[in-house]
Amino acid sequence: MTQHFPALLVVLPMLAAALLPFSPGPLRRASWAVALVSAMVSMALASVLAFETFSSGQVSYWFGGWAPPRGIEYVIDPLGALMLLLVALITLAVTVYSRQAAPAEVPAERLPYLYAGMLLFSSGLTGMVITGDIFNLYVFIEITSLASYALVAAGRRREALLAGYNYLILGTIAATFILLGIGYLYTATGTLNMADLRERLPQVYQTSTVLTAFAFLMVGLSIKTALFPLHIWLPDAYTHAPSPVSALMAATGTKVGIYAMIRVIFTIFKPEFNLSTVPMTAILALLSCAAIIYGALMAIAQQNIKRMLAYSSVSQIGYIILGAVIANQSGMTGSLLHMINHALMKAALFMCAGFFFMRAGAEKLADLRGLGRRMPLAAAALTAAACSITGIPLTIGFISKWHIALGAVEAGLWPAVVVILAGSGLTAVYFWKLIEPLYFPDHGEAGEAAPRAAAEPATGWAILPAAVLAALGVALGFAAHLPALGAGKAAALLLGKL
Amino acid sequence: MLETIAGKYNYWIYICLMMAGFYAIIAKGNLIKKIIGINIFQSAVFLFYISISKVPGGTAPILFDKAGLYDNPLPHVLILTAIVVSVSTTAVALAMVIRIFKEYGTMEEDRILAARKEGP
Repeated sequence: MTQHFPALLVVLPMLAAALLPFSPGPLRRASWAVALVSAMVSMALASVLAFETFSSGQVSYWFGGWAPPRGIEYVIDPLGALMLLLVALITLAVTVYSRQAAPAEVPAERLPYLYAGMLLFSSGLTGMVITGDIFNLYVFIEITSLASYALVAAGRRREALLAGYNYLILGTIAATFILLGIGYLYTATGTLNMADLRERLPQVYQTSTVLTAFAFLMVGLSIKTALFPLHIWLPDAYTHAPSPVSALMAATGTKVGIYAMIRVIFTIFKPEFNLSTVPMTAILALLSCAAIIYGALMAIAQQNIKRMLAYSSVSQIGYIILGAVIANQSGMTGSLLHMINHALMKAALFMCAGFFFMRAGAEKLADLRGLGRRMPLAAAALTAAACSITGIPLTIGFISKWHIALGAVEAGLWPAVVVILAGSGLTAVYFWKLIEPLYFPDHGEAGEAAPRAAAEPATGWAILPAAVLAALGVALGFAAHLPALGAGKAAALLLGKL
Repeated sequence: MLETIAGKYNYWIYICLMMAGFYAIIAKGNLIKKIIGINIFQSAVFLFYISISKVPGGTAPILFDKAGLYDNPLPHVLILTAIVVSVSTTAVALAMVIRIFKEYGTMEEDRILAARKEGP
């Protein structure tokens, strides 16, 4: 039974997603319960698999018993296990949160579709994480993307439809580029298995076919991860999507995109490819530095809470990619830690934003005035999460940014070090704009948001998942050696040092 | 020179189609025309996959006695999957355009943006 867990992990949420929209009345009304059960089962399966991976080094699954490279293979290595746990945990937290948050923003008759979309989304992400076949990766990217287009369009304003449509157009261009890149890789090597590609590619590194493939893959994945300047779909999508969807997408969607990018650069291609042919890591480092500064400056300029968080994501994605492409042990460890940090904390932040909206109708920064006293738990969770993303000591964010900065110093990239530090300063500025009205309501003029009566009045418990995630981030900051050990091992494997 | 142009005409067609589709996505203001552009763009890539599967002198990859050489069936299968994905994308996009038309009363991008400025 245990050996089939990797397949079940992908198939079960997908089956549940297919079941929900077509099921009879009673089951439709219980759609939240179905989603919750699926998320809990996924969490359990992911935990077992992660444990197995960390004890045995690698878990692989052959579909239909066909040996790779002929058959499709699922591979879970330490990095994959880390991502699996992250996706499962965030999905579970967001599902719990949706119980009260989703009805506040989505009409009751559409809830089964919302849950079906979320299940499909996390199923696709899980597939992206564990697949060992590059064409399979494309299929899972498309499953994830299709679900996210629909989820974004489920927002309550009509702007959500446009945001979803624009995301669809850009996302489809990206996916088609990825498909084309895979086609070129296949013509150059005759294989689609990632491990096999790694073996066969070095003989053809200098050919223009492989260079073209690499270029198409990188551009496609950069759109998917919303790397500056290809991020334009992200702010609209995150702002107008229902807040459970924003939390889920911001926490996991772009992270798994970065994971796919890391897989292409470090697993399918060897690091030597970068050195000998195109300076891709240098280009990515430059772009991510631009993303850090641009995202932070745009976030400072925003008045809408969710739009500020979205631009903050653009900036933090820059940090994660910068750490990865520095390509030394410290930088990669920091990048993976920052992925964990940003996933937990951005999910918590979007949950808090949704909570302030459903309890007090707050959408703009000014509407938050004085809410810190009325909703202490939510305000505390938001503050803790903001501190961790900024990188205040005693949070996991401090450790991740410290590792990234250390990596940049070791690599002698002094301009990048300056950007990392300046970016942290700017991060503190925009989060202060978020925290100040919560606790110091007397400054500036009052907001005009009226208390809003939700269809089903939300209780204070709705914020509990966000508080748990924020507390987890702080706890990981105290017990920093644990995640640092796991991330360090994954980083060493990626860089080929083990 | 002629060899590269005439001998690989299918690849040139794929590049032209792809760029035509890409142009439509960027330049057309009508949301449906953008979707048509997306479809042309994707079909061009399908054509590329079918082109690479051709083995000189090969026949369709269906098992029968007299065949000596077969075309490579793997890209065919891959593209079957990609076609399914493309159909789903089109379906989702069209569903969104229907909703956008109901909400804004138009499918022209400039009018939607104008309506957006005026507020709901």
